[in-house]
Amino acid sequence: MSARQITLEVLRYRPESESEPVFQSYSVPCQKEWVVLDALNYVKDNLDRTLSFRWSCHMAVCGSCGMVINDNPMLSCKAFLRDLPDHIRVEPLQNFPIERDLMVSLDDFMDKLKSVKPYLIPKQPTADPDGTYKQSSAQLKKFKPFAMCINCMACYSVCPQYGLNDGFAGPAALALAHRYNADSRDQGRRAREDVVASNTGIWECTFVGACSEVCPKNVDPAAAIQQTKIASTVDYFKDLLMPSGRKIAHPEGDTT
Amino acid sequence: MNNAPYIRPMPASWWLRQGRYVRYMIREATCLFVGLHALVLLVGVYRLSQGREAFEAFLEALWSPAGQLISAAILIMAVIHSVTWFNLTPKAMPLWIGEKQAPGWIIVAAHYGGWFVVSVIVLLLAGGLS
Ligand code: SF4
Repeated sequence: MSARQITLEVLRYRPESESEPVFQSYSVPCQKEWVVLDALNYVKDNLDRTLSFRWSCHMAVCGSCGMVINDNPMLSCKAFLRDLPDHIRVEPLQNFPIERDLMVSLDDFMDKLKSVKPYLIPKQPTADPDGTYKQSSAQLKKFKPFAMCINCMACYSVCPQYGLNDGFAGPAALALAHRYNADSRDQGRRAREDVVASNTGIWECTFVGACSEVCPKNVDPAAAIQQTKIASTVDYFKDLLMPSGRKIAHPEGDTT
Repeated sequence: MNNAPYIRPMPASWWLRQGRYVRYMIREATCLFVGLHALVLLVGVYRLSQGREAFEAFLEALWSPAGQLISAAILIMAVIHSVTWFNLTPKAMPLWIGEKQAPGWIIVAAHYGGWFVVSVIVLLLAGGLS
């Protein structure tokens, strides 16, 4: 089978020798069914062993190969060459510090995820003798799409609010908070509200909507955030009208 | 020694980089015209309080070529404002019917319906339909 010659223009940053990133081009003979990640691996195996990038599963599950391809953040394992031109520009995700070549720092993202308490906070232990929390399929459907996130950070890369203010909790973390808030087994909304309903939480979002456009898992963080805004506004007025109800709503299990 | 992780600066022109950001900025900018309309109405009320002559001068200014141009711009921008926001409403308020999420167009259509009803009521109150 004949190979298609593709030019990969890759943004490189070698902190031991460069003070800022520079583009480097590689001419890669590609097979028809390849994705951008295959082309990068070809470079690594045959042309330049020093090129650094993260990847693991090669099947859009692990979320580690997110990068900006021709201005769009996407999973490089899902970016088919047949959908792309002969000249492809590959850059690390925007809005994150570049550690080396296509690898960005994950620290801030991990902190943001942790800050929204992304785990079930039940109000009281289940009364079910087998220790499980039962849920109907209707209840599951309410949050399932928001549980599909693979932490690829594409949504942060395309979010101008995160780019302008890295204090913003950001799309994936807020979508994850909504995933638990919308879970019938969870009572932790009030425990999450200090982060979620703050100025650097949902209220920093101006509904650009780009996060939902680029998400490879159709999580729709923009929808999650707007729905949280409505829930949080209702909470605010409830607190105003019934201030005493507030404390009771805080789950006991929360110690942080 | 290694240099620190590199942080790419975000230029003030970031919103010109992609069509989706330009569209977002246009949607945001339309609110300025909605605000301008509110201002025009306020001036009208103020002129009304100054008496008949002042109010008629205000009306005349509204019907001047410049006034008509501004009103046309406000109308176009207000329509863009409403349409773009209405189109986003299904994300903010999903409608569940049993186990199924209702299609987004129902929510959008409900907003257009509401818009129509309110417009008719306002026109009736203003005597515009008589
Ligand atoms: S919400 Fe989507 S784009 Fe954002 S990190 Fe999760 S999978 Fe990636």
